[in-house]
Amino acid sequence: MSLHDSAVLHYGRGSSMKRRRTLWSRIHLDPWLLALLLLLLAGGLVVMYSASGQQMSVVYAQASRLGVALAGMAIVAQLSPAMMYRWTPLAYAIGLAMLVAVEIMGDIGMGAQRWLEIGFIRFQPSEIMKLALPMMLATYLHRRSLPPRVRDVLACGVLMAVPVVLIAKQPDLGTSLLVASAGLIVLLMAGLSWRLIGCLAGLAAAALPLLWFNMHDYQRQRVLTFLNPESDPLGAGWNIIQSTTAIGSGGVFGKGWTQGTQSQLEFLPERHTDFIVAVLGEEFGLAGMLTLLTVYLLIVGRSLLLANGAQDTYGRLVAGSIALTFFIYVFVNIGMVSGILPIVGVPLPLVSFGGTSSVTLMVGFGILMSIHSHRRLLPR
Amino acid sequence: MRKHRDTLKNPEQEVRIFRNRSLLAALVVILMSGGLVARLVYLQIFQHEVYTTRSESNRVRVEPLPPTRGLIYDRNGVLLAENQPTYNLTIVRERVDDLDKTLALLIDILKLPEDQVATFMERSRQRQRPYQPALLMSELTEKQIARLAVNRYRLPGIEVEAQLLRHYPDAEFMSHVLGYVGRINAEELAQLDTGDYAGTHFIGKTGIEREYEEILHGEVGLRRVETNARGRVLRELGRTDPAPGSDLTLTIDKDLQRLGYELLDGRRGSIVAIEPSTGDILAMVSSPGFNTNPFVTGISYDAYQALRNDPDLPLYNRAVRGQYPPASTVKPYMALAGLANGVITPQDRIYDPGYYKLPDHPRHYNNWKRWGHGWVDLHRAIVVSNDTYFYDLAHKLGIDRLSDFMKRFGFGIDTSYDVFGASDGLMPSREWKQGRYGQAWFPGETLSVGIGQGYWLATPLQMATAMSMLANRGDWVTPHLAKRIGGEPVNPPPALEGIELENENWWDLVFKALEDVMTGYEGTARGSGEGLTYRMAGKSGTAQVFTLDNDQRYNAAELEERLHDHALFSAFAPIEDPQIAVAVIVENAGGGSSHAAPLAREMLDAWLLPGDAVNESPDTQPPEATTEEPQPHESA
Repeated sequence: MSLHDSAVLHYGRGSSMKRRRTLWSRIHLDPWLLALLLLLLAGGLVVMYSASGQQMSVVYAQASRLGVALAGMAIVAQLSPAMMYRWTPLAYAIGLAMLVAVEIMGDIGMGAQRWLEIGFIRFQPSEIMKLALPMMLATYLHRRSLPPRVRDVLACGVLMAVPVVLIAKQPDLGTSLLVASAGLIVLLMAGLSWRLIGCLAGLAAAALPLLWFNMHDYQRQRVLTFLNPESDPLGAGWNIIQSTTAIGSGGVFGKGWTQGTQSQLEFLPERHTDFIVAVLGEEFGLAGMLTLLTVYLLIVGRSLLLANGAQDTYGRLVAGSIALTFFIYVFVNIGMVSGILPIVGVPLPLVSFGGTSSVTLMVGFGILMSIHSHRRLLPR
Repeated sequence: MRKHRDTLKNPEQEVRIFRNRSLLAALVVILMSGGLVARLVYLQIFQHEVYTTRSESNRVRVEPLPPTRGLIYDRNGVLLAENQPTYNLTIVRERVDDLDKTLALLIDILKLPEDQVATFMERSRQRQRPYQPALLMSELTEKQIARLAVNRYRLPGIEVEAQLLRHYPDAEFMSHVLGYVGRINAEELAQLDTGDYAGTHFIGKTGIEREYEEILHGEVGLRRVETNARGRVLRELGRTDPAPGSDLTLTIDKDLQRLGYELLDGRRGSIVAIEPSTGDILAMVSSPGFNTNPFVTGISYDAYQALRNDPDLPLYNRAVRGQYPPASTVKPYMALAGLANGVITPQDRIYDPGYYKLPDHPRHYNNWKRWGHGWVDLHRAIVVSNDTYFYDLAHKLGIDRLSDFMKRFGFGIDTSYDVFGASDGLMPSREWKQGRYGQAWFPGETLSVGIGQGYWLATPLQMATAMSMLANRGDWVTPHLAKRIGGEPVNPPPALEGIELENENWWDLVFKALEDVMTGYEGTARGSGEGLTYRMAGKSGTAQVFTLDNDQRYNAAELEERLHDHALFSAFAPIEDPQIAVAVIVENAGGGSSHAAPLAREMLDAWLLPGDAVNESPDTQPPEATTEEPQPHESA
């Protein structure tokens, strides 16, 4: 397989597309998706200013991280899907190796160990798995005929289980569930039969008690607090009480930018990281929340559209997984901050303060754009 | 690759499956988003009010601003009760990283002795909201404050807080007048308006502090403040200033009060001085006194027990609660009772053989002078304090008329306006005895009452009040302690009607007799009348102590002293324009004329003579000192 530029077109596409090569497709970026992402990032920085207690330094720090993430997206978009396809198993293997390394170091260091330090760079191997796992499954399924059969599902189950269990042992239950859901999405999008879906759901339900007994105390406490936050209003329930209070008191149009008492007076915990959406809800009200949701939905919609335009199974599954996982992050974060899901450490995608997750997400969108813009077939 | 081609891969079908699943996924995404929107609508529209209230109460705290307690001055504007700043140590637990380490550090810095460490640790464990300051220690010393300031950087969450604390500069001799404030206890809390006392820690427990609690306390203020999650006040949103308590000016003269206390010199006793024209209580001494200041912050159990178990009862306010037989000091009132009821005339004489005998009864009622005073008229009966004359007078009056007349002098009832805990005393009557003992009144009992003994009990305040009324020629003036409340003069209404006599001269007659007590050649208190430069009326009394309380331990030396007579003296001066009336009682001191009269004289001198009367030469003759009577009795 040589790395040509995309001269060979998919046979399924209309020939009218043949020579319409815009500037955007030359630089392998999707203008709509890019515009929506930039809108989200810009809006996020505006909220960040308020959520950080009006510290420009925090805004600058976040902006520079987002700059890195955008650059990452643009670079990854230039790589061809064929190349990604070839490197996926390696990336998956490296990710696994790092998780094992973390596991070993965690045993030495006691307690939760999620970070790996290589020279200057400190990162969480679980972030790699967020992309590497769905890509690995897509690589596997790309070679199989779809819909997947039981044998394929079992194989995928093994590919999923190893990293998910490793991440869960860190312990990082939230991330492990997100990684698992990214894998499941691949299977579902690949056309997993409803019968198998039913079986898996049954298995999951059966595994719940098992999960409960394997949880750490603080994880159980989180679930209990979610079920009844008033049971410990000054301790674990504080977060959820303060965040719902922030959102609820925002009303329809909010208290105004930087005017939110819950967030500015620091009643709201983690206000510029995991709970930043409560700042938006308090200061911009329902209107702000609906605007944010709309932007997210447009991004998800555009991503799904691009996924459907992909020319092969690998591309479709990877793109579809990226689009839907993104939505799951949004749903879990807003759900937890507004009190309908337990508190798991999931940041609001591309808005919460933090470099690692933003870079992972933007790289994901880079892959998506690459899949969309590189119109050539993968080996079948 | 070959393998893949064999597995019947159907691209068209895969595209279709993916498209269907995408549509399904989109539907699920929209449904889940709908769930989020529903939740947000619920929170932000339907529950908006609830959460707005919650967020407001989160951020806005209403803090009470306790009013500053009113100050107390004496009649000349000398400060008697003030508010002094003191410093407390508080802890905000939320801001303390390592509680145990911080406490250990504090104990080290403050150099706390072992016994204080326990209470200190106990207080640190009080369940408080983590962002509210909790009291660790009160009344820090200057040194401790300095040491804390130096170590401040090591002690986040530890604050030194200023607080105003009541202080009594002249606690000991003012103790019974002022009383004291103390921390509000659970019982008081239940009765208080918690709104008014929000933020107030102290309340008047006794004395003036208790009597004028409402006026001294003032009105609570409020401030609405915005706080952050750590409870730190960020800004004030609104404020109602507290209305400080009104300052109180007492009728007490601090110097006279001090003199009275010093005159008693630690002995058990009491001196009350009243300005007859106004009813102002100039001095109200109960001895021994005690230091009230430890009561403000909370006196230690041992110190309190020591005060309680002191046989001299320093906590007991003798001036208003001490009940003594008024003894012979009542003789001028008895004389007026006899005159007013027409049972005697000034000229009537009796022969005193040294005792009195009821017509149909063998018992002898002795005069204090065993061999008698011979022929005695009203004037002489008072001057020599003849008992026989007054036995006869009491018998002629009968208990009913006697009791009724004495009540008009304020005996048997509390007539004071604002004296906390003042006792009624006891003016016996036929009805009282029937009610109390279920027994009829015996004529012999009237005789005892006639010389101020028997069942008759009066407080020093009542004796001084009666003397004031006498000085006023029957005009009633209510004794009171507050002269001005926040600048407004206090004019208590008369508690009783005045006494009108048929013959105004009877007053002069009695006054003359009382003057001769001081200066007559037979006067019982002529020893104290020496060198008088004004006209003084006085009457001695010697009250017998018959019985001991059952609960007192047998102690020979103690017992003997406690069996001695109480020395009493009532006086006023100057006769033509009374400025001061005084009642003195010294417990178990012996005869009133020798042990109480000198004290009364010193009080009057101090009040009436310019400068320090005690050191005045007797030669000094102010104009009013010239009397119609010569003063030949320098010594007798």
